[in-house]
Parts: sequence; structure tokens; C-alpha cells
Amino acid sequence: MTNNKPHNNGEQRVVALTGNEAVAEAMRQIDPDVVAAYPITPQTELMHAFADSVANGKVSTEFVLVESEHSAMSATVGASAAGARAMTATSSQGLALMWEVVQIASSLRLPIVMPVVNRSLSGPINIHCDHSDTMGCRDSGWIQIFSENSQEAYDHTLIALRVAEHPKVLLPVMVTLDGFIISHTMERLEILDDEVVKRFIGEYHPDHPLLDTRNPVTVGPLDLQDYYFEHKWQEAEAQLAAAELIPSLLKEFAAVSCREYDVIEEFEMDDAEMAIVVLGSTAGTTKNVVEELRREGKKVGMVKIRVYRPFPAREIARALTKVKVVAVLDRSIAFGSAGGPVFDEVRSAFFGSGVSPTEVKIVNYLYGLGGRDVKHSDIKSVYNELAALLHEGTSNGVVRYLGLRAPKKEQIALELEEHQ
Amino acid sequence: MRLKNWDELPVGVKILEPGNSEEYKTGSWRVNRPIFEAEKCIQCLFCWVFCPDSAILLKDGKVVGIDYDHCKGCGICAHECPDKANALTMVPEHDKQ
Repeated sequence: MTNNKPHNNGEQRVVALTGNEAVAEAMRQIDPDVVAAYPITPQTELMHAFADSVANGKVSTEFVLVESEHSAMSATVGASAAGARAMTATSSQGLALMWEVVQIASSLRLPIVMPVVNRSLSGPINIHCDHSDTMGCRDSGWIQIFSENSQEAYDHTLIALRVAEHPKVLLPVMVTLDGFIISHTMERLEILDDEVVKRFIGEYHPDHPLLDTRNPVTVGPLDLQDYYFEHKWQEAEAQLAAAELIPSLLKEFAAVSCREYDVIEEFEMDDAEMAIVVLGSTAGTTKNVVEELRREGKKVGMVKIRVYRPFPAREIARALTKVKVVAVLDRSIAFGSAGGPVFDEVRSAFFGSGVSPTEVKIVNYLYGLGGRDVKHSDIKSVYNELAALLHEGTSNGVVRYLGLRAPKKEQIALELEEHQ
Repeated sequence: MRLKNWDELPVGVKILEPGNSEEYKTGSWRVNRPIFEAEKCIQCLFCWVFCPDSAILLKDGKVVGIDYDHCKGCGICAHECPDKANALTMVPEHDKQ
């Protein structure tokens, strides 16, 4: 949570903003050279708020209204290759339509920052939150940072710019915030002073920009059997470099904001026997339940993944070393896979980590699809189920559904509620 | 040309030296090669005008041969060479000698 202690970086403004407004405020402070965007629910209000800043002359941004998200990402790629600090934002189908150009942004190593307001993918058509959209491009070469609340969405947008533009990284970054749950909910947050932000993000010096006409370069040439593989490996190396650098950039941010972040957040994990691993706004609900269960003397904890790409496998394995049972919560389905995407990676993080996967029982809960509400009682039922797994060793299968209406036998969550 | 390792390449698939396409030898793609017979050539320069790869070599304004490092063997030069001259003929690459 936020820390209000005074520091030498100017006063922070305490404001009430929605997640969308908070990110738009970060964009106003960044003052990007170019923003190209197309409206899509629930991202619309984000760009609406930023467009106000453009219209009111608070930024010097060239704001390009395009005809689709494919064009939005294309224009952003073009602007970034030209040497501009370029941003866009989207959701769901918008990201899906961008998908082709999303890969090009990362392969050209363009430090674009794109807030993504998480929304389920069609079909069936639905406008509410799940993580299917960003999980769909988790392997696209972009860095992905997930936000728990408006404060984090604001902070992550600023941090993302530093990560993206670091000369050893030069990768685009997605900052995600849960659609409606964060994007449309008004929260108290602290906004840094404009000058502090300006100093923190610094000036952008692009690497061989197209507009440097005295040093002409070719961007995006045909790349065949002889060099394609080497260039893809460069992207993989950049992800490794990002994994090394992000902790120090998070520390730099803590120095100006007094908000300390790490690639994962451990909550009550010191002596925890049971843990939930989660992304995004559900972490807030989970913390609340952990506090309640701790008061009852139960050894429960939570690990929130902040930086999902590069995936912090080592940090997660280390955080879960002492626990006996783990539930990984996935807000998207990977059809035909062994489990949800977060589960698959968390489970494989144990191999080679020195922790035997057979000593830790790991189960997966798919939840919250299409904005299905995640209540305290839902999270509580996961911990109850973990307790059953720990004490009785009962197993109701590895992949489970939370809040799904199903035949009674599979209705694990509700059954456990009845036992209470 | 030695192929570079991943850490020797400019970041982001950029080509930093302008006009370096000449270093990229495309002659190995050829299936048929044009054979130039200088004694038959009437120096109309049709081949030089039509060659899409600038692979007709000129010296002092006269055709002297073919740049086999870049000729892809499309056969346009042989097609455009006037019938009365017939100074360019296409032969299968494996029959070249």
C-alpha cells in the first residue's frame, strides 16, 4: 500500500481517480511525442481523459485518431521507429486486432508503452474483465506488468517507460489493469509532482531513428534463414536483460515515490503453509481474506505476480519454498493445456529450483472469466480447499473452477462452503 | 561473407549502412544463366535497360559481361536481345562449363 511519509521529492497529490484516469494522468505527465489510439470498452475513458489533456494544451502530443487498432499499433510503431516517444492503449478485441503488429513492435525493439485494460475475448461477446487478451500475447516479446489497483496502474505506467527505454532492454511494455474493476472504480491514490516524473523518466534518446536523415537506416527488412534466428535470440536476450534490470528500476522508483515494489509481492509468506498465487485486482481481495484467516491463526499467505514477462520463475519458486500447498489462480483459460497459463509456468518454475515439485502440492483454479465476480467467500473457499489438501491429502483434481455453476460433484468451492 | 553472431548484429533488425545490398550475393538462386557472346553484340543496351538487378556490366558505355554475383537468371536480357544479334542465350546452370 501507499506510504505517505514525507520525502525530498516534493509533495504528492492525494486524489480520487479511476484506474483509467490514473493512467491518463501518468500519460499527461509523460507527455509522449505521439499517441495513436482507437476507442474500445473499457479503455475508452482512458483515451477520453488523455484527449482532454491534448485538447486543453497540457501536453504537446501529436494525437492520431486512427480507424482501427491495427492502425493504432502501426502508427505507434512508425512513430517510435521515427524516434518519437510513442504510446497507445487498448483492450480485448483491440489487442486481438493489433496482434500482427504487436509482434513487429517487439522485433523492431521499439520502446512503446501500452496500457491494456484487461477484458475477455470474444466470443461470446463480453465487455468485462478477464486476462485472456494479454495472455494471448504473453509470448510476443513484450514485457507485461500487472496492476492490483489504480495506484499501481499509475506507477507501473511510469516505471514501464524506464524499463522500455533502457538501452539494454529496448522492448515494448504492456501495463495491464483489470477492466471495470480497476479501470472504472474510483480510488484514492498519490500522484507524483510533474517535475519529479520528468526527472524520473528523463529524456528519450532513440537508437538510430528514421528521422536522423544524415544517418539513413533500414528498418524492418526481409530477414531469412541466415539471420532471423539470431534476431529472435536478441529479443530473448533483451527479456533476460530486463529481468536483471527491473528490480533496480523499481528501487529507483521507490526512491522518488516511497512505494516499494518488487517483481513479485509476498504477503504474509514468512511462515505460510498455504499460498495463493494471483495476478491483478484479485490480489487485493486475497489480501483481505489472508488477514481475516490470519486472525483465526491459519498459516496462509499470498504471492502476487507483478511482472509476468519476463516471468520471475526463480523469485516465485523461492517465495514458495516453505509452503506445502499452493493454489494458482488463472483468470483465463488455455484450452487443451494442462492448466491455466499462470499455473503452467508456476508449476514448471519448481523444476530445477531445488524444491521438489512432489513435496509441494499445486492446484489450479480458473476463475472470474467474463467478469464473473470474485467474492471473499470464493477466495476463502480456495484456502479451505488447500487446508483439506494439506491435512487430508484429498484431491479433487488439479485443475478446478471457482464460481462455475456445475454438477454438484464438481462444485468444489460451494461444497466446502457448506462444510463450514 | 562470414555470417555474424546474434551479439554482433545491430539491435532491432536495423541495417545501418546505406546501399549495402550489393554485399548480398543473390547469384546462387539462379537456375538458368545468361551467356554473353561479345562478338555478336550490337551494343543496343536493351539488356542493360531491362535487367531488373543491374547485373549487366558496362565498360566505357559498352556491354562487357554479366555480374553473376547478382544475376538471378530471369532471362529478361536474353528475351530483349534483338533476334538479329542473339548475343545472350540462357543455359541451365548445371551445364555452365
